[in-house]
Amino acid sequence: MLADDLRCMGYIALKDLKAYYFKPPNISWGILLPFAFVLAFAIRNPDNWHELLPGLLGLSLLFGTSSMEATVIVFERRTGALERLLLAPVRLPALLFGKLLGGAAFGLAVTTAVLVIGLAVLGGGHVQWFWLVLTLLVSALAFAALGGFVSVAVKEIFEAQTLANFIRFPMMFLGGVFVPVTTLPPILQVLARLLPLTYTVEALHICLYGGTLNQVVLDLVVLAAYAIVLFILAVHTLARRLA
Amino acid sequence: MSDPAIVADQLVKVYPLDKSGPPLRAVDGISFEVRRGEVFGFLGPNGAGKTSTIRMLTGLSQPTSGQATVLGYNLTREITAIKKHVGVVPESSNLYDELTALENLMFAMQLYGVPRAERKARAMELLTRFRLEGKRDVLFANLSRGMKRALTVAAALAHRPALLFLDEPTTGLDVMSARSLRQMIAQLRDEGVTIFLTTHYLEEAERLCDRVAIIVRGRIVALDTVDGLKERASGRAVVEVTFLDANRCTQTRRIEAEDVAVAVRQALEQVDGAQLVALNTLRPTLEDVFVRLTGLSAEVMLAEKGGQGGGGNAGG
Repeated sequence: MLADDLRCMGYIALKDLKAYYFKPPNISWGILLPFAFVLAFAIRNPDNWHELLPGLLGLSLLFGTSSMEATVIVFERRTGALERLLLAPVRLPALLFGKLLGGAAFGLAVTTAVLVIGLAVLGGGHVQWFWLVLTLLVSALAFAALGGFVSVAVKEIFEAQTLANFIRFPMMFLGGVFVPVTTLPPILQVLARLLPLTYTVEALHICLYGGTLNQVVLDLVVLAAYAIVLFILAVHTLARRLA
Repeated sequence: MSDPAIVADQLVKVYPLDKSGPPLRAVDGISFEVRRGEVFGFLGPNGAGKTSTIRMLTGLSQPTSGQATVLGYNLTREITAIKKHVGVVPESSNLYDELTALENLMFAMQLYGVPRAERKARAMELLTRFRLEGKRDVLFANLSRGMKRALTVAAALAHRPALLFLDEPTTGLDVMSARSLRQMIAQLRDEGVTIFLTTHYLEEAERLCDRVAIIVRGRIVALDTVDGLKERASGRAVVEVTFLDANRCTQTRRIEAEDVAVAVRQALEQVDGAQLVALNTLRPTLEDVFVRLTGLSAEVMLAEKGGQGGGGNAGG
């Protein structure tokens, strides 16, 4: 049974990447949107723009991973294609994890492109590659789980996009992308600590520009907890909807 | 004699309608057996519980109560094993628009664990069988409705299931596509695949099914061979009278009554002095049985589905 689950998980992720993710609009959206935001900020604050790479990576990962993920499941429920997967010999958690893997893989691919471009243009300090890759992997799973939860929590595609933006846009402004969390008013700092993007950007900043690795470990634990909780919530929500 | 393919025992499915309304009892304690190798027809009007029954038997929803075995596996405890051995063709073709015909078949085989070395050959075999070999690289979205239906059946057969559920397979198809699909169903039966077929085309059921269950409001009201069901209706006499009306146009009337004499008398009353062309006594059809048992006409059932499909011409 586990072999069936693992096989289906992999093929569902590959199918989603081929059918939905690796399409020109998604790729351009995933790369251009974060660059547009950062460019706008850099024009406004030309003195601080060179340390924007962690936020840029975080944004790419958040949008690249969750944009399609938030709509894929609700779309397949509408077309009946999700039923094909539910009829296959695979358990629901494995099916959903396959879906999340597709989103996470696409987000990582887009973010890798942004990383290469970002390092070439902005430069990096002494990059901690192991921790950088680990941070990107765990963050991608957390954001994919967020997108998956949004996708199973709604009935219509437009609701998924609305809910996803309702969650992502506050993250973008409070998560340390443009300004460090420590410079925010205290109440916003508390709010920022509730958002997974904050931990991603914090960990990436240390991986790229140096700092204490213990903080990275702590950030990864929080991100992993987000991924697990959101995944469990998504599985339960989908199971309830299908009952 | 081998074990039945399906044994359903007092299956019940209740859906909560909403917070204020009463729950909907879609399936109300049905029991039946499907024998291996037969085409089992499941007839009923819209909302009778046909699709709800298929959803329970294929693991898409859980029975509220009751139990069943499918291919010898317990429905509640061994659903993954059941899924490995059954194929399902839902009412709407639901393959992936974004994948080609070949990619859709390959994905179906990947999900069901068909060995990698066999997949391509099996996919090509299915494409050829369903006359889609020229469409292997065409996106599913760009296929005609009949081709989409054929490919959906092909995908359900990709892993060589022992039991195939077909939910209204010819609904919405043109006459030729429907005829072609019925021929494929007949071929599958000849190959020993057990088929559970829901349809609202009575001629289709009469032509294809070995046994038929009629379900109305969640309950099975009759279950027998087609001939057996017709025997039940044979208590009533049916005559068909053809005559020329005042404009010399041919008119045909069908009269049903308790006995032949009454039916003939009523038929002649219909003629009412016009020129009689023919007067025939008829054997009851499955439609007659259906009308007797459900109180619905076949036309009502078709109208409910909005289907003109190939149903009226159940060739093949």
